[in-house]
Amino acid sequence: MTSSKLLPLSTEEHTAGNGLVSRRWLLRTGLPTLGAMGLSSGIVHAEELRVPDWSSSPGLDLTGYGQPSPFENEVVRPTLPLFPEGIGDGSGVSFTPLEKLAGTITPNGLFFERHHSGIPEIDPAEHQFAIHGLVERPLVFTVEALLRYPMVTKTCFIECAGNSLFNSFDEAQQRTAGEIHGLIGNAEWAGVSLAQLLEEAGVSPQGKWLVAEGGDAAKMSRSIPIEKAIDGDAFIALYQNGERLRPEQGYPMRLVVPGWQGSMNVKWLRRVKVVSAPVHAKDETSKYTLLQKDGKSRQFTYEMGVKSVITSPSPGREPGAKGLYQISGLAWSGAGRINKVEVSADGGASWAEALIPDQTPSRALTRFQLPWQWTGQSATLMSRATDEAGTVQPTREAWYEPYAANQIFHQNAIQAWAVSSDGGVSNVYA
Amino acid sequence: MSMRKFGIKTATAVAVFTLVTPVHAQNLGKVVSESDLVNWDISIGPDGVGLPTGSGTSAEGSNIWSEQCSACHGENGKGGPAGDLVGGVGTLTSPDHIKTVGSFWPYSTTLFDYVRRAMPYYAPGSLSDDEVYAVVAYLLSQNEIITDDTIMNADSLPRVEMPNADGFISYWPVAKK
Repeated sequence: MTSSKLLPLSTEEHTAGNGLVSRRWLLRTGLPTLGAMGLSSGIVHAEELRVPDWSSSPGLDLTGYGQPSPFENEVVRPTLPLFPEGIGDGSGVSFTPLEKLAGTITPNGLFFERHHSGIPEIDPAEHQFAIHGLVERPLVFTVEALLRYPMVTKTCFIECAGNSLFNSFDEAQQRTAGEIHGLIGNAEWAGVSLAQLLEEAGVSPQGKWLVAEGGDAAKMSRSIPIEKAIDGDAFIALYQNGERLRPEQGYPMRLVVPGWQGSMNVKWLRRVKVVSAPVHAKDETSKYTLLQKDGKSRQFTYEMGVKSVITSPSPGREPGAKGLYQISGLAWSGAGRINKVEVSADGGASWAEALIPDQTPSRALTRFQLPWQWTGQSATLMSRATDEAGTVQPTREAWYEPYAANQIFHQNAIQAWAVSSDGGVSNVYA
Repeated sequence: MSMRKFGIKTATAVAVFTLVTPVHAQNLGKVVSESDLVNWDISIGPDGVGLPTGSGTSAEGSNIWSEQCSACHGENGKGGPAGDLVGGVGTLTSPDHIKTVGSFWPYSTTLFDYVRRAMPYYAPGSLSDDEVYAVVAYLLSQNEIITDDTIMNADSLPRVEMPNADGFISYWPVAKK
């Protein structure tokens, strides 16, 4: 029990306004749990503990595939179809419920979805993957063949370029952290290096770009600079968090381009064509481009920006009674590692550095935390991440500065949660 | 396995992801010819390479539009639940900008590529190449980019100049601001 190690809070432990406590205190006390920190040490009442029913008779039988406890049945992905029923069924998104999870790995059944024409039901024995175009030898691979290659593993996030789109509305939308920022998931992927397969096909010197294409009805296609594969980190994932990909994540195979726009991680991958120039597919011209105020649009903005969000407290994770809490959240950057996360409880007037691991992972989620003494006064909580390139997460105002109204792509602005004196938490633009 | 051995193994297996050239190439891909991929090789870039034979006009496309497209994309390409594909030229600098094929898309070839690969939504691939050219001609004509009687084919389509062709700034490899 960590409560016995808790040291008294002195005034110098308060490093920023409105109750933020130094992460040094957190380090010294050995990561006390949220519950332990809020507890009073005095014994109020002792009661004889009952022996519950589950301790008195054998439990359920073995199962072939384990499921979450029925008491966790509210931990699900909120879904959002993009069109009225009968128009584009299967096209939509579901959100990773970020505020209901801990650690950094997204469980496979809760990993966000974005489909452009539903989830194809692919028989892996009939699925084939082709590499062709500007190559010496066009090749076709079966799933069985790919499973025989040396396997690479990489833990990284995939984030939809339209993540946080609800914060592009003129008025702050009252949604949960997951419903705003949950078009992201983080997993350990295992699969085959794309560079190795390209080498087997023999890329011609004119080959500068790849066109990756899915086998779903939308045949999602994106142009990708060949550098992301050759001397890069692109790979074809067959496994996610130890098991074969789920159908909604691209079974039997998807492309993974760590740190880059989600839709480039083409699911149900059937083809990579080596070409000399980008094809300007619908989803790299009409969509996933960033319209500026001056009418021009940014194209091929692949890397997802440095970003963070506090997942607790957040809407649905209200603090309740005043006392000591853990502010906890997630930070990430498509450019690499997270170097620093700062937290503010006074709307950005003062900041305190949050605790992050000594070694943060590249292009993967980092969990940060910081103790917070909530006195019952209203507060505005914010987090601000800095990545290894030195890029600092922008304010919403600064982020929007170059863009047209309602421009939704690559939104990585600082999230503000307002905590009211009654403990309610709401989304605010601050 | 002894604990000591296990300790040594985990120490060397600390996972750092690098793409190493394999010592033993697997060579498990089956060599095929480009002609084997004819049903899959549907990507069309701005140069129009790969556009199939066939042709269509806006007049031919008008009927197909009414039957196959208008329920989602609206009569004349406006007002449908899937968003406008027609109009909006000159609105990109306004807060109420409307991004359509006419006002926003930089290349006409993208239209052929996308209609053929993914439309109509509930039966992609069901239109003949002539019908795809006709629907493409219909949308370009509704956007007043070509005239009603302009024939769209592999030669003429890539030469259609789109109003917003110069509207994009490439951020790869280096931002040109």
